[in-house]
Amino acid sequence: MSITAKTEFKPKIVAFCCNWCSYAGADLAGSSRLSYPADVKIIRVPCSCRVNPMFVLRAFEKGADGVILCGCHPGDCHYSTGNYYTRRRMTLLFSMLDYIGVEQGRTRVEWVSAAEGVKFSTTMNEFVEKIHSLGENVRLGDLRCRN
Amino acid sequence: MQELVKRASELLADGSVARVLGWKAGDLPYNPEPAYFENEEQLRSFVYNGFCGANLSKYMIEASKLEGKTLVFLKPCDTYSFNQLMKEYRVDREKAWIIGVGCRGKLDIEAVKRSGIKGIESISEEDGELKIKTLYGDHSISYAEAMLERCHSCKGKEHRVYDELIGESEETNDSERFAGVTEIEAMSPEEKFAYFQKELSKCIRCNACRNVCPACSCRKCVFDSNKFDSAQKANTDSFEEKMFHIIRAFHVAGRCTDCGECSRVCPEGIPLHLFNRKFMKDIDELYGEFRAGEDAETKGPLTDFTFEDAEPGVVAERG
Repeated sequence: MSITAKTEFKPKIVAFCCNWCSYAGADLAGSSRLSYPADVKIIRVPCSCRVNPMFVLRAFEKGADGVILCGCHPGDCHYSTGNYYTRRRMTLLFSMLDYIGVEQGRTRVEWVSAAEGVKFSTTMNEFVEKIHSLGENVRLGDLRCRN
Repeated sequence: MQELVKRASELLADGSVARVLGWKAGDLPYNPEPAYFENEEQLRSFVYNGFCGANLSKYMIEASKLEGKTLVFLKPCDTYSFNQLMKEYRVDREKAWIIGVGCRGKLDIEAVKRSGIKGIESISEEDGELKIKTLYGDHSISYAEAMLERCHSCKGKEHRVYDELIGESEETNDSERFAGVTEIEAMSPEEKFAYFQKELSKCIRCNACRNVCPACSCRKCVFDSNKFDSAQKANTDSFEEKMFHIIRAFHVAGRCTDCGECSRVCPEGIPLHLFNRKFMKDIDELYGEFRAGEDAETKGPLTDFTFEDAEPGVVAERG
């Protein structure tokens, strides 16, 4: 009897998308029949600024292999300045994650407007590929959250 | 020290302050504790020596709610914390009478013990030397050698806010503040991870670092929430090794005055200041030099922005 436990690595990727630009961008990608991997799970947020750095940590703790944040381009925020704060916050958070030894490619911020369906799909494809090359997130995951 | 007690009893006697916030002798020669003094008799147990590292500014949050003024003794670095708390409207300047006290660097009992001195009975300071009487005979150690890590990278002996000044200070800064951070940054991701895993696995989640931190002053703390499995040590395992300390440091990023209390109180000796200093270093490099608590007006770096800020991708580019 042999154990055939080797299964293909299917990454879990969380994408926080702002309601006004990136979520609409994802919608456009869909209606333009552009494809992006099903590993990406989108969480809609009112603004990229809504993403508390703890959300990102929590996602990793719960077993996400990569977290990507999408928001309106700087200057185009629906709430005028939200994404400027996100930019500073996430820069510091990513730098800290790098500092404690989490691989750099696991986190990313990308500005995607409502008209950029193509950019949304290429970004997601690139990101998923990157996570595939990095493999499973073992450093930040919590064993109890494994299913 | 006598000067401090004299001034405190004067102010208590003429009614200009209702209580004094200072340090009182503990049960061991090296553990004075923060305390309130309400009359001259209580002031007899007042001490101010090299082991009075405790930053009293956080106690002013509660003292600001009390009737009457509180006299508080602040060391130069403590005044940064006080300023920061003022900026956040957590303390009332009107309720405080601040006496800036001189500081020649504060001592770390762990540093003394690390040098092999055990069974300490009494400690006295004599021109740059610590004379230590122990059960096993007398020892001496240089003052600088027994100093807290934070005092070796002191931010200056100038009081940022005060009503009067008593006592002389001596410069103690003799090392580069970000040296520890730079060292870790140069490691590979595997080494970094192993290093922090080694340090953070010592954490017993006593929450002392949170409780002592003058910047951590939320009335309700995320770590106490029972909806979140981090409230008790029993519920957590790998959590604290990875998340607790990042969250804690992030919550004070841009507000941390680098007072070093977190590392001082950690019973496991985890170098927690390395997290806070990482944020400070990044803020300095990316958004311009910033020192929390230098004044009580400027906006913090995380509550501000410029149109030209670096993109988060800069983390990868810097390597």
